[in-house]
Amino acid sequence: MMIAPRLAYGQALVELGQENEDVVVLDADVAKASMTILFKEAFPERFFDLGIAESDIIGTGAGFAVAGKIPFVNAYANFLLGNGWEQIRISVCYAKQNVKIIGHNIGASSGKDGPTHLPLEDIALTRAFPGMTVIEPVDGIEVKKAVKALAEHVGPAYMRVGRIPIPVVTKEDDEFVIGKANILREGKDVTIIACGVMVSKALSAAAALSREGLNAEVINMHTIKPLDKESILKSIEKTGAVVTAEEHTVIGGLGSAVAEYLATAMPVPMRIVGSPDRFGVCGTYDEIHEVLGLTVEKIREAVRDVIILK
Amino acid sequence: MTTILQKMACKIRQDIIEMLVLAKSGHPGGSLSAADIMSVLYFSVLKIEPDNPQWPDRDRFVLSKGHAAPVLYAALAERGFFPREELVNLRQTGHFLQGHPDMLKVPGVDMSTGSLGQGFSAAAGMALAGKIDQKTYRVYCLLGDGEIAEGLVWEAAMAAAHYKLDNLVAVLDYNGLQIDGTNEEVMNSAPLADKWRAFGWNVLEVDGHDVEELLNSLELAKNFQGKPTIIVAKTTKGKGVSFMENQAGWHGSAPSPEQAELALAELKGGNAHV
Repeated sequence: MMIAPRLAYGQALVELGQENEDVVVLDADVAKASMTILFKEAFPERFFDLGIAESDIIGTGAGFAVAGKIPFVNAYANFLLGNGWEQIRISVCYAKQNVKIIGHNIGASSGKDGPTHLPLEDIALTRAFPGMTVIEPVDGIEVKKAVKALAEHVGPAYMRVGRIPIPVVTKEDDEFVIGKANILREGKDVTIIACGVMVSKALSAAAALSREGLNAEVINMHTIKPLDKESILKSIEKTGAVVTAEEHTVIGGLGSAVAEYLATAMPVPMRIVGSPDRFGVCGTYDEIHEVLGLTVEKIREAVRDVIILK
Repeated sequence: MTTILQKMACKIRQDIIEMLVLAKSGHPGGSLSAADIMSVLYFSVLKIEPDNPQWPDRDRFVLSKGHAAPVLYAALAERGFFPREELVNLRQTGHFLQGHPDMLKVPGVDMSTGSLGQGFSAAAGMALAGKIDQKTYRVYCLLGDGEIAEGLVWEAAMAAAHYKLDNLVAVLDYNGLQIDGTNEEVMNSAPLADKWRAFGWNVLEVDGHDVEELLNSLELAKNFQGKPTIIVAKTTKGKGVSFMENQAGWHGSAPSPEQAELALAELKGGNAHV
């Protein structure tokens, strides 16, 4: 089954709006793409379009939070993080305001719109902020749980939401706790830690690797910050090698977070699968993933590399 | 009333000098220019309770020109939000008065600021929240004239007019000077009032050192419906200290002990304003 994370997100906002009157939704003229239009239709009095003004939407969101609201602030991730970064730094993170920043059209989502519209740096940009929580749900089912968890979590948070339908790899009754990783496949030879759409590719890689006699553990690291160090360490102690995978540049993302931790906690052979240090290209979602090396085959190669080094 | 407010402005100016000379850094020019505005706001206009700084129905004040923190700290201390004795610890490690206002540390600070333009945007958000909650509180925001070169100011100005935030009042400390020189030289913002009018704001122009004019304009703003109001308050940078007045160099440097002594003598002697 495939679900577009943005659709699940829009539906989750409506459910949340019914449960919690303090939730307000702000959008920067992309409600039809972010699917916040569903919330707008259900709760027009709690939906605010700020226009194409990604700096001001963050400031306005911070103002709402100061006044006790729970604002979900939406725009395309590249513009929201690019134009709003400094507002997120001061008005949200330094001021410790309860603003939920939702970056849409992440990674290769915007496809043929090309490199200007392909955010591959947003995890790095948000992870650097003190006190920021950074989440990338693995599928449409998890998006809904993440929205609810975000509303209950007090403090600044950033969540990535993709546009393109991606495989569902979790079940309705699977647990979702911010900061607690989920092991989707147990193994003993290597640990693959992934987030977002790359988790399903990691599962495919693991299935292929098992035919080669390699037994890979696959971890869904839906929360990139705070990182679930305990789960990582427990797995690495068993496998002794790690590969990370993310729809993001290899600089500053999930792989960096894991490497920062393991470099001091338990250095083991490691490879980071992600976009190399470059901008994206025009193409379909799958074509861009191919060009950037965000593939099952790249994960398999990386696993073979680290196992040789063990 | 006006005499009390003038005296308080003079007191605030003395506090500013006393704070900055000990901190050995900070921004006197744009703090002194706003002293009368802050006196009027904190001692007449704002609906606040110093003993209950988080009172939900209080009026909010956001110092968007966060570098003028000394004038805000002085007003808050004089109004009783925290002991005056704390003022001497401005900018000292281990004390709570940061170089720019921190809402998590200082009672009475409604928004952390320090990056120009952001406070104004957040103030509009607070006003919008007040509207949907049908609260009667008003949100006041002090802007600098150099600050309005920030694009964010105009994004927020457009949004505030779009959402008809008549519970939002901006006061523009129009002292004409910024770090590199005059507004005209650095980035000409004229015609100021026309720009704000074109953005859909109710614009009032006053002498920013005339407490009566300030009081009257803030009263008018309170009763104006359907649009946010901006009070363009013409001020003198460094107001009250003769050697600081209209000198861009006093934007961000603290007085020496000798200069502070001269400044305080002028202020106490009443040459300043009263």
